[in-house]
Amino acid sequence: MEFDILVVDDSAAIRKILQRVLRQTGMAIRAIHEAGDGQEALAVLADHPVHLVLTDINMPKMDGLQLLASLKASPQLRNIPVVMITTEGGEAKVGEAVKLGAAGYVRKPFTAEQIKEKLIGILQPALPL
Amino acid sequence: MNLNQLIIDSITSSTTNVFSTMLGVELAGGQVKAEGPAPEPNDGVVSFIGIAGTWAGTGSLSCSPHMACRICSALLMTESVSVDEEVLDAVAELTNMIIGSVKTDLETQLGPLGLSIPTVVFGRNFKTRRAGTAEWMDVVFNWDGEDLLIKMCLAPNEKAHAIHYVAAHTCSLEI
Repeated sequence: MEFDILVVDDSAAIRKILQRVLRQTGMAIRAIHEAGDGQEALAVLADHPVHLVLTDINMPKMDGLQLLASLKASPQLRNIPVVMITTEGGEAKVGEAVKLGAAGYVRKPFTAEQIKEKLIGILQPALPL
Repeated sequence: MNLNQLIIDSITSSTTNVFSTMLGVELAGGQVKAEGPAPEPNDGVVSFIGIAGTWAGTGSLSCSPHMACRICSALLMTESVSVDEEVLDAVAELTNMIIGSVKTDLETQLGPLGLSIPTVVFGRNFKTRRAGTAEWMDVVFNWDGEDLLIKMCLAPNEKAHAIHYVAAHTCSLEI
């Protein structure tokens, strides 16, 4: 099974790094879509269904927590697992993300192995789109 | 352990960890120095992030344009030869990771803190100046003969400090 993934981060550098890291995991990835904030992410998801969303928390316009809440409020999108990638290691924002329904989180800096470990655990039971 | 030592230790471990994990680079140094009383002129790239909460302040990374290009090349696995938007973005993100890690360490002692989105200044012949009296914690690292400066200023929120960038003479800034 091949996976479609959406990467959401206001930093083009981090999006580029995540593209590379995801390819390095050796997972079967069909497409990696990108968005610069939560609003862009929702627009992308309207056209491109994905198996998983990787999102930063601190972003302009619509941050990662607002995006997560929007996804969980949508009957069409609520089942997409969302993994938060963030420098926010504090309990408050991580706790809020978990409460909103995040499937997990990865702290920056991250290794390809950490990303792979997190994604495999979430995507293994994923159903076809 | 006092707060200054905690900041210095956290800057040292966070910076070496971020460089090792994200760039595959083992940084030398971690040499602590006290900032002099006079503001120092700066050429190059300066990235800074505001910190807010019960304590407030600023975290900053400074390096030469050449080192900024090297950081970008190692981080994105591209060949960067001049400071462009991609290089500034890479430096901003590196600063975000380092100061974000320090912030997480400090939260165990100081309670919840928030971070602003990073701002990067690139130019020549500009000076930095700060308001307030809180001491900056400066830690200098070395990467193949070039210095990288990570610094942080933190004080109780009622004495929050700001950092100002003041142009000197003819000044060319790209933000």
